Amino acid sequence: MVMREKILTIIEKNSRLTAKEIAALLGEDEAKVAKEIEALEDERIICGYHTLINWDKTGEEKVDALIEVKVTPQRGMGFDNIAERLYQYDEVNAVYLMSGSFDFTVFIQGRTMREVANFVASKLSPMESVLSTSTHFVLKKYKDHGTVIEQTKTDERMKVTP
Amino acid sequence: MRNPLSDVITQIQPSGIRKFFDLVAEMDDAISLGVGEPDFDTPWHIREEGIYSLEKGRTFYTSNSGLMPLRTAIADYVREKHGISYDAAHEVMVTVGGSEAIDIAMRVMLNPGDEVLIPQPSYVSYLPCTVLAGGVPVIIELEEKDEFRLTPEKLLEKLTDKTKILVLPFPNNPTGAIMERDDLEKIAKIIEEHDLFVLSDEIYGELSYKGEHHSIIELSGMRERTVYINGFSKAYAMTGWRLGYACAPRVILEQMLKVHQYAIMCAPTTSQYAAVEAIRNGAQDVAMMRESYDQRRKYLVSRLREMGMDCFEPFGAFYVFPSIKRFGMSSNEFAERLLKQEKVAVVPGTAFGDSGEGFLRISYAYSLKDLKKALERIERFVRSLKGE
Repeated sequence: MVMREKILTIIEKNSRLTAKEIAALLGEDEAKVAKEIEALEDERIICGYHTLINWDKTGEEKVDALIEVKVTPQRGMGFDNIAERLYQYDEVNAVYLMSGSFDFTVFIQGRTMREVANFVASKLSPMESVLSTSTHFVLKKYKDHGTVIEQTKTDERMKVTP
Repeated sequence: MRNPLSDVITQIQPSGIRKFFDLVAEMDDAISLGVGEPDFDTPWHIREEGIYSLEKGRTFYTSNSGLMPLRTAIADYVREKHGISYDAAHEVMVTVGGSEAIDIAMRVMLNPGDEVLIPQPSYVSYLPCTVLAGGVPVIIELEEKDEFRLTPEKLLEKLTDKTKILVLPFPNNPTGAIMERDDLEKIAKIIEEHDLFVLSDEIYGELSYKGEHHSIIELSGMRERTVYINGFSKAYAMTGWRLGYACAPRVILEQMLKVHQYAIMCAPTTSQYAAVEAIRNGAQDVAMMRESYDQRRKYLVSRLREMGMDCFEPFGAFYVFPSIKRFGMSSNEFAERLLKQEKVAVVPGTAFGDSGEGFLRISYAYSLKDLKKALERIERFVRSLKGE
């Protein structure tokens, strides 16, 4: 349904728009839009509403790491099961099954590099099925989830033009 | 020392927008909804092409009428959109914006005393260009009840035996009005009967929100008497690149080329290379921008009506033209008071002709966030007026 995709495209970049506002943007009835959003949530097409925060500008220390994980799947312990064991940890922000030279990309967030390294060493690497890990620390985020982090775009156009 | 200026130029009024612009420029915290250009950056792949052409040292003049690949691409585009073929070699030329095309077309077509029918409200340059070319501007006052479309009655009313050119600026700045196919059919008959020529300014052609945009050239008998003007500014967000084009029968285009040759030489080379990329591969970007404008359009119209402003629904360009007649003050007064009280700048309709009195032009070439902020302030202002 075309309206669904339109709602999703709008709400993906701006989850704080109300159903009323989305309805106005699409020229649709507000109740219809609200109902559709609810359905999308129920169907787990909309899985969550998150906020993109630049923690570097706050007092909170946060470190992100990308870990390449090679596993050896077995009967009764296939990729899905391994993934489940990986993502149960709160520190783990993302788990993706990948094509190519390793199996999973795991994103971890901790307070310090040491904390992350400890997590990998004590929780991740020793996991049964995990063959090897390769940890990379994020030094700087330029663009995340489609949003450019640092620059605020100023409107440089002349204020009034014919 | 004697007066250095010509009589003609002193006759021409400075742009009504200029005064307002100066007022707004004085306040640094005013939110402006007064721009006439897209808020998008030129899509990156188009900018890249321009940059690449500079790296490659393509900094020389091009042929007067423009790079052949660009003219070919333009001819292909017009054929695809409107089913009409122009010979890229002799009937297409690349200009410095649609603005230049308007100017030179008038210059080559008008004899002193020839009348030019200009529907208003419309873009500020048709009248001055007519006067500078020695023509006589005759204003057609469009009305809200017709959704600011040109009707056959209005056309006939102002037609005389001196009328030579009809300017057709649709989709329209500032009203956002469009002319649908049957609107064009109704006036095409009159145009042919009276042997008029048409200057069709279709710069907002891609920003049409009610089905496909139709050009008058699609109708029989029109191609041979129309100068079709379009460009890259609004569709591809390339206002600063200064690139437009004209398609017309050879007999007219040849002469336009003459003026262009002497006055301009050629349109900017870098812009031309970028434009080839735009017109060949930019359709997706245009569609994305159009969808974005369309959403803001719907949002803006619904919000304005919600706060008690009368507003017909515009289906083109990126402007809304609400009426403020119910508040009992002139456009200028409303706009100035809104600016002083709430620091929001909108353009009074009178900047686009006397028939713009009682209206405002509000642009939606802004992010939703900026629109929301400005609308909150406008709503406060409107409420304060009602409270009085």
